[in-house]
Amino acid sequence: METIIQGKAYVLGKNIDTDQIIPAEHLVYSLSDPEEVKMYGKYALSGVPVEQGGLPEGGIPFVQEGSFASPYSIIIAGPNFGCGSSREHAPFSLQVAGAKAIIAESYARIFYRNCVDGGFVIPYETAQQLNKSVVTGDELSIDIQANTLTNLTQNVTYQLKPLGDVANIVQAGGIFEYARKNDLMATSQA
Amino acid sequence: MAQTITQKIFAKAANRKFVDAGQSVWLNVDVLLTHDVCGPPTFDIFKHEFGPDAKVWNPEKVVVLPDHYIFTSNEHAHRNIDLLRQFAAEQHLPNYYDVGTDRYRGVCHVALAEEGFNLPGTVLFGTDSHTCTSGAFGMFGSGIGNTDAAFILGTGKLWEKVPESMKFTFEGQMPEYLTAKDLILQILGDIGTDGATYRAMEFDGEAVYSLSMDERMTLCNMAIEAGGMNGIIGVDAVTEAFVKARSSKPYEVFASDPDATYHSMYRYRVDQMEPVVAQPHSPDNRATVRSVAGTPITKSYIGSCTGGKLTDFMLAAKILKGKKVAVTTNIVPATVLVASQLSTETYEGQTLRSIFEEAGCSIALPSCAACLGGPADTVGRSVDKDVVVSTTNRNFPGRMGSKHAGVYLASPLTAAASAVTGKLTDPRDFL
Repeated sequence: METIIQGKAYVLGKNIDTDQIIPAEHLVYSLSDPEEVKMYGKYALSGVPVEQGGLPEGGIPFVQEGSFASPYSIIIAGPNFGCGSSREHAPFSLQVAGAKAIIAESYARIFYRNCVDGGFVIPYETAQQLNKSVVTGDELSIDIQANTLTNLTQNVTYQLKPLGDVANIVQAGGIFEYARKNDLMATSQA
Repeated sequence: MAQTITQKIFAKAANRKFVDAGQSVWLNVDVLLTHDVCGPPTFDIFKHEFGPDAKVWNPEKVVVLPDHYIFTSNEHAHRNIDLLRQFAAEQHLPNYYDVGTDRYRGVCHVALAEEGFNLPGTVLFGTDSHTCTSGAFGMFGSGIGNTDAAFILGTGKLWEKVPESMKFTFEGQMPEYLTAKDLILQILGDIGTDGATYRAMEFDGEAVYSLSMDERMTLCNMAIEAGGMNGIIGVDAVTEAFVKARSSKPYEVFASDPDATYHSMYRYRVDQMEPVVAQPHSPDNRATVRSVAGTPITKSYIGSCTGGKLTDFMLAAKILKGKKVAVTTNIVPATVLVASQLSTETYEGQTLRSIFEEAGCSIALPSCAACLGGPADTVGRSVDKDVVVSTTNRNFPGRMGSKHAGVYLASPLTAAASAVTGKLTDPRDFL
């Protein structure tokens, strides 16, 4: 597993729900067919109202028209990220678009579980209102071992909340990998 | 040691005497629910992780109810139904309710109750966030993603953190103009869309136990709108009569101990409450209907797991009888059973169906339909700058289709009263 995640920031507000992350009309595509999977990248975060995407300026799309991937790999958001439906297509679409991590003040439960158990993106929590200080396009670096975020553009480092119990699942790359390593699949089938 | 009803169900499913809030445990799952949007990717993950010839842990316990994208010409949506059909055949799943046959039921959370899958004391997980609806039956129900569901398919187990519980007590007699939808929208306004994240929401009090099972389901249904892991109501004679009429399976009744520990407690007097709406664009953006009365609307929508049950249509019929609607009004029964009840159940001697038809409503076939927008040809889908009053559960931007539309979440009484006037209207004006 990587120890450093580096990339550009995409900044959002609070209560980003799963309909904004991937609108329901796009949930018809296969999550395994490589050609169709691209559509999830194309439409990632396409439900965010235009003026609320890419803060503080707004009006910046996560994925450019005609593209299937995002130039931004770290999402910064306020509280309650991923509220709404249970669709695992949501963290999946962020991963397909190229996101590696999210740093939000808090998460909705199902979205958080999906990120971790599916091994799609790492959901970090922060005590600071980072979406008020980080600017979309800032170059960020996350040190996974030290649990810190450095804004290379603004030259400032923040402490992230520890991942806690789920760190082992994140490190394994998902619940299946974790369960195999820990013999949980064998015991639970017995 | 004193425990809440949710803790007791967790303890039973984890084979323990008691569990502490915050502790993570492995639960034995009684039923896994899935549908056409999340079933196919769940089955894919299952095969990938357990092998192409793997068998599900218990075919009896897997319930597959296609309901989301049913009446559409979208070919990808049709393919998803084919994938469900194929998996159900391969795995010999007795509880698959195929589209286009007389086994088709409609919206999964309502169909689960109708078909007798909701049993007190049991653990249900489903690949749909509104799986919490089933908590109305004194059981644990919660939504999960595809990966977790695939894990259950193979093992029959899932890890979950024992939630802290919040208690919401409603005292007094329900006034005629108030519904379960008003109660839950009131709570959402008080605690916000993350006010119950990772927690159980327990509903209690004489007003709650005076409600029909339909209404109790509405209350539990929107626990997820506060971020709740589950909503739950204790078991009484109403619950047991409903369950026994639909299932002969054994079940165990749990109740919260009087000295159980709660994260927080809220008390309401229903006779002091008013009809409310959630204004665009969040379910916690509460206002009394009176304070926003007169706001012009372009559509009224009565349907979904939240507001498309028989009780919801009985309430709407009370207002719509002998009236004409001023705006497009979609009546979307949740299930085939509810649709048939529109033709058999009456209000003041007239069938609900005929009341709605005479009022000028359009009645759709049972499915999730426009509650979540859906493919472009979905009935009732919002367009452009529609302003919709809806009995559904979410009003985030774009939820019912158009990103530029606004949705007011409301009770069936408020949605019907507003349909008649073409503007947001307090149902007391008609009662």
